[in-house]
Amino acid sequence: MKLSWLDTTLAVLVKDLRTEARARSAVGSVLLFSVVTLTAVSYSLGGFAIDADIQASMLWIVLLFAALAGLSRGFVSETESGTVLALRLAAPPTSVYLGKFLFNLFLLGVLDLILIPLFQILLPVASANWGLLMIGLVLGSIGLAASTTLIAAIVAQAGVKGTLFTVLAFPVLVPVLVAGIGATRKAFASEPVAAAMPEIQLLVSYAGVMLAASLLLFDHVWKD
Amino acid sequence: MRSALKWLLGVATAAFIVAAFTWAPEMYRPNFATGGSDPWPTFRIVFFHVPAAWLCVIAFLVSMIWSIKVLRGYAPEKDDKAMASAQLGQVFAILALISGMLWAWRDWGALWNWDPRQSSVLILTLIYAGYFTLRSSIDDPEKRARLAGVYSILAFITVPFLIFVVPRVMHTLHPSPVIPDAQEKGSMNTDMRVVLYSGVFCYLGLFAWVMSIRTRIEAVRRRLSTR
Repeated sequence: MKLSWLDTTLAVLVKDLRTEARARSAVGSVLLFSVVTLTAVSYSLGGFAIDADIQASMLWIVLLFAALAGLSRGFVSETESGTVLALRLAAPPTSVYLGKFLFNLFLLGVLDLILIPLFQILLPVASANWGLLMIGLVLGSIGLAASTTLIAAIVAQAGVKGTLFTVLAFPVLVPVLVAGIGATRKAFASEPVAAAMPEIQLLVSYAGVMLAASLLLFDHVWKD
Repeated sequence: MRSALKWLLGVATAAFIVAAFTWAPEMYRPNFATGGSDPWPTFRIVFFHVPAAWLCVIAFLVSMIWSIKVLRGYAPEKDDKAMASAQLGQVFAILALISGMLWAWRDWGALWNWDPRQSSVLILTLIYAGYFTLRSSIDDPEKRARLAGVYSILAFITVPFLIFVVPRVMHTLHPSPVIPDAQEKGSMNTDMRVVLYSGVFCYLGLFAWVMSIRTRIEAVRRRLSTR
């Protein structure tokens, strides 16, 4: 039976989800990291009334750091457990990339679901356009996952440990950060979705371009 | 031939520098307090600032093109060119950053204003600093060329976002990156444009010259190490 790329992509995703369900390493570290960062931020701001502008920046800083802490693991774990060769044999590169991308997107989704209610408890926002906030978070998460998946693969192939992932990923993610903060700021000011069109366009085009480029480039990173 | 070109570049660059300070006409800016206009001597830094900013984008583009060639088929010379071009792009980005900061210090009131364009070029230098860090952490030349090539392409994809899109989403004091038309703020007359374009031309010549030196050095170094 010949498997289509969709089957193999889903197989890679299911494999990662199953590994995650057994070990709970990525979700655990991402969630703890985000809770710790959020606590640090809200504790150091504790008691001060802060503007919606600053709150939007804080939310994205917590999100970015939790993402950088958690998403770097995807390919390193394969190298460490010596399963890279098996994965290379079992699935075409496009499916490996897409499977890992979907898994990272899943992690970011879990992160968003936990972080937003916690944020609302610790640094409450008086009123917000929740729909716009969701659009910003979803599009931002797609952009984040698309570029960090490729960079995580580069770092794992380079065989370097330490801070290289953050050094490589952060500057590439700046457009997402700028547009994400912009959209969130407008959401916290209860502005309609139409007012945040420039940011939404930027997020959509960034996510699309990064996803397309990653799909084209991943072959070169993955082959040995 | 090569030495003749070198002399030509030297003479042209000297002429450009002199023209930027003397031949280019005086610029005036409106004074809203008096309703008239004041001479604007700090404007002349534009002839050194804008070509540097253009060249940094061009050099990063050249680096990406050589990176694509590396990915299509590895050859050490292609990788040398990708790296040399990225290094020169970094130098031009830092020059654009410094000349921009000096100008902003005089005319906007502070060295650093978190103007979207200032921050974009800063982020660009961070991206390519990451590129050099990645290169230095891989030993195998072929693997280094391949992984750095992928990162260089990914990095250049963010350039349009940083240089052209983000400053349009955020508020900026800076005029358009491409030469503004007559209606826009900071528009220039023909003589100024002649000086500006010859500046770009001289910077391009300098880029090509240093690039050729860098790649020849790398070729010699490789030959020495394999002998």
